[in-house]
Amino acid sequence: MLLFVEQVLNGLQLGIFLFLVAAGLTLIFGIMGVINLAHGSLFMIGAYVAATVTGLTGSFLIGLLAALPAAALVGVAIEVVVIRRLYAREHLDQVLATFGLILFINEAVTMLWGRTPLFLNVPDALRGSVEIIPGIPYPVYRLTIIAAGILVAVLMWLVIAKTRVGMLIRAGSTNREMVAALGVDIALLYTALFAAGAVFAGFAGAMAGPLVSVQVGMGEQILILTFVTIIIGGIGSVRGALVGSLLVGIVDTLGRAFLPDMLKLFLPPAEADGIGAGLSSMLVYLLMAVVLIVRPTGLFPAAARAH
Amino acid sequence: MTERPLLDVIGLSKAFGALKATDDLSLDVVEGEIHALIGPNGAGKTTLINQLSGEIAPDSGRILFDGEDITAMRIHERPHRGLVRSFQITSIFPDFTALENVALSAQSRAGHSFRFFAPVARDRALNETAAETLASVGLADQATRPAHALSHGQQRRLELAMALVLKPRLLLLDEPMAGMGPEESAFVVDVLSTLRDSVTMLLIEHDMDAVFALADRVTVLVYGRAIATGKPEDIRSDPAVREAYLGEEEAA
Amino acid sequence: MPKSYEKPFLVIGLVFLMAFPYLAEAMGNAYFTSTVSRILIFAIAAISLDLILGYGGMVSFGHAAYLGVGAYVIAILSFHFYDGSALFGLPGTEFAPIVWPLGVLLSAVAALILGALCLRTSGIYFIMITLAFAQMLFFFFVSLQRYGGDDGLFMFAGRSHMPFIDLDNDRTFYFVCLAFLVGFFLLCRAIVASRFGRVLQGIRQNERRMAMLGYPVYRYKLAAFVIAGAGAGLAGVLLANHTRFVSPDILAWTKSGDIMIMVILGGIGTLTGPILGAATFLMLEEYLPVIFGDLSMPLLKDHWRIVFGPMLILIVLFARRGLYGLLFRKENGDD
Repeated sequence: MLLFVEQVLNGLQLGIFLFLVAAGLTLIFGIMGVINLAHGSLFMIGAYVAATVTGLTGSFLIGLLAALPAAALVGVAIEVVVIRRLYAREHLDQVLATFGLILFINEAVTMLWGRTPLFLNVPDALRGSVEIIPGIPYPVYRLTIIAAGILVAVLMWLVIAKTRVGMLIRAGSTNREMVAALGVDIALLYTALFAAGAVFAGFAGAMAGPLVSVQVGMGEQILILTFVTIIIGGIGSVRGALVGSLLVGIVDTLGRAFLPDMLKLFLPPAEADGIGAGLSSMLVYLLMAVVLIVRPTGLFPAAARAH
Repeated sequence: MTERPLLDVIGLSKAFGALKATDDLSLDVVEGEIHALIGPNGAGKTTLINQLSGEIAPDSGRILFDGEDITAMRIHERPHRGLVRSFQITSIFPDFTALENVALSAQSRAGHSFRFFAPVARDRALNETAAETLASVGLADQATRPAHALSHGQQRRLELAMALVLKPRLLLLDEPMAGMGPEESAFVVDVLSTLRDSVTMLLIEHDMDAVFALADRVTVLVYGRAIATGKPEDIRSDPAVREAYLGEEEAA
Repeated sequence: MPKSYEKPFLVIGLVFLMAFPYLAEAMGNAYFTSTVSRILIFAIAAISLDLILGYGGMVSFGHAAYLGVGAYVIAILSFHFYDGSALFGLPGTEFAPIVWPLGVLLSAVAALILGALCLRTSGIYFIMITLAFAQMLFFFFVSLQRYGGDDGLFMFAGRSHMPFIDLDNDRTFYFVCLAFLVGFFLLCRAIVASRFGRVLQGIRQNERRMAMLGYPVYRYKLAAFVIAGAGAGLAGVLLANHTRFVSPDILAWTKSGDIMIMVILGGIGTLTGPILGAATFLMLEEYLPVIFGDLSMPLLKDHWRIVFGPMLILIVLFARRGLYGLLFRKENGDD
């Protein structure tokens, strides 16, 4: 039971990372109609910059604060140099060009930082554990991530639900032409939205830094899980991204933690471990398959678009 | 008219949010007639065709075709029953030649297409049928041109040929003359009237001259409801119809 | 040159490829034969992808998965053959007439199952979902500890055994690959020109209209997807034999990207293009670092991808017809 609560929290925390990356990706698709494979690279850049600046200054906070503008900057550069030319293109072109971006960014990061993974320590202030329920200690840092994630999600909701920009975003994700007709500077809105998506991804990357080894390829790992999230949640829907992320985060974490043991009830231990490991790494994809069979457009499809 | 109608629409409704695009609509098309559907913009004419062809599922009501309930029948099965539509916005295969477009349509009637080896370009049966149909809409000389290179009017006629080659029992024509010049329009009216004896038609058209030249019966649709059905001359003098149309003319 | 020169071009190409091992040996570079075998194998994979991508308009970003299934079937059965252990109660085998068709078949089955799911969606969903399912298979093979997991599996028993043909001879193996490429190319050419092929191209151009003409679009797309999966499976079978080694890397998502690049680079919607694309891509991969080394640009030698990425972007933005488009000009009235 204790372990279960801890694993649910771990799942929640993975879900929050996924949400931070997915929210930007799904809005960018919903509004601009672009699939950006390089979105995961922004997550990676956030992690690298945070790790480096923290190493130089000794302060994780400064590292985190440096990661955000760095991710935004790279995001804007990507949008202005490449993505902008892809809005009117077919999805195939978008996939290939952003795949090219990944090759470039990964190689550039390797040139700058080398192939050895970087490690980032949990900041002193957030070290240690607290007992969330009597008898269950849980690392403060992971709790911080969950709190920060919830905060960002609430902020995002406030912006989308209550502000003029949010109104444009909502309108844009269901009807792109309408936003153009409102006389909004579309190019600026797109760039700004791209930057915002980049900041979220960079923030997630920076926060993930102390928990994983910071290395090339980490962006794609999370990117593909994010796709699963978006497919489950429904493209273009922030609410769908949230639900999908939490679902994927928790199912993945619980599956890895408990599936092998559960299989041991039916199978010899050695086989249970083997099959359990295989099955648990496939679990979220199977979840995706089930959602797809039941609801081909995801749990929270954005209003039907003519496409 | 005591015989069973070929198409029988009973109490059909479809709403998009608060907008009732089809509102408890009943309508029948008798075998052999050309039945015109007219009404101001936004009356729900294309929405009705989309429900008949299966692209939109109605909220309630039934569609009977030749006595069979096809309300829930899948899109691709309907043409094989003889229910074929053409599109208001030309919908063709731009990279194929005109002949290939019609041949592809003809191929749909010629059994399944899980045939992987014989080259279709040398399929005489398909090509001959396609060429004949192209000729019947006056496109014989355009057969080898890619469809995207045809003029708008030619594409409209190609669209018609693709529907005709399916040998429909009921042809749903969504503004076949849209965007055509007067000469081409007159030509298409001619083509359609020669088909009068072999194909039943449900025709949406804005061009009133064409409607009154072709139609055996006319149904007037306003806000998703049929406000009148009858012979063209009766419809012309119906005060409710005049009102509905006057409204549109003032707006236009 | 005009399009009508394509056939002579292909014939000359085939003659060259048939002479190639002897030329390479004469020049004392027998190693090249193996390099070109690899190109032939990936050409099969690229053609199979183009069948659904270029002709069917299905942007599958998980094609390497089927390559991987084909390859793992060979390697796993070889493992049990070498090890003497049983798999599902059956002994392993290296006998090509059994394992090769089995590899192709299981790839086709994988494509049938995943395709049946993926094709319920379209557009952007389809891209993401094919990628995600391929990643699922990737993790599946990573989790197979018995077969090397992450590290992969060596085929200690060597290449498959074929009656009368010594596959362990590199030159012989080369000709086997070439024969399969030619066979698969001709098969696809027939398919593309058949009734089925026309339906497939119709679906790419206007799927909605196809349904309205009475075509059960889903079934045709799925059939094409399975054929493409089987083709990739064939390439996987050959690839496992070529390297005598299989690892999850073979179905990493970047491999799917690589195969897609081959198609685009060579010329999408053609069958000759993917062959050119596979050759060019693999040569670039192999020689771009060497070239940068010779130009004494050591930084780029190690990091040639930093050039390759932008190159890809430029090709996508400005040269959509690929090498095929450079070689063969459009015919009058094509556009």
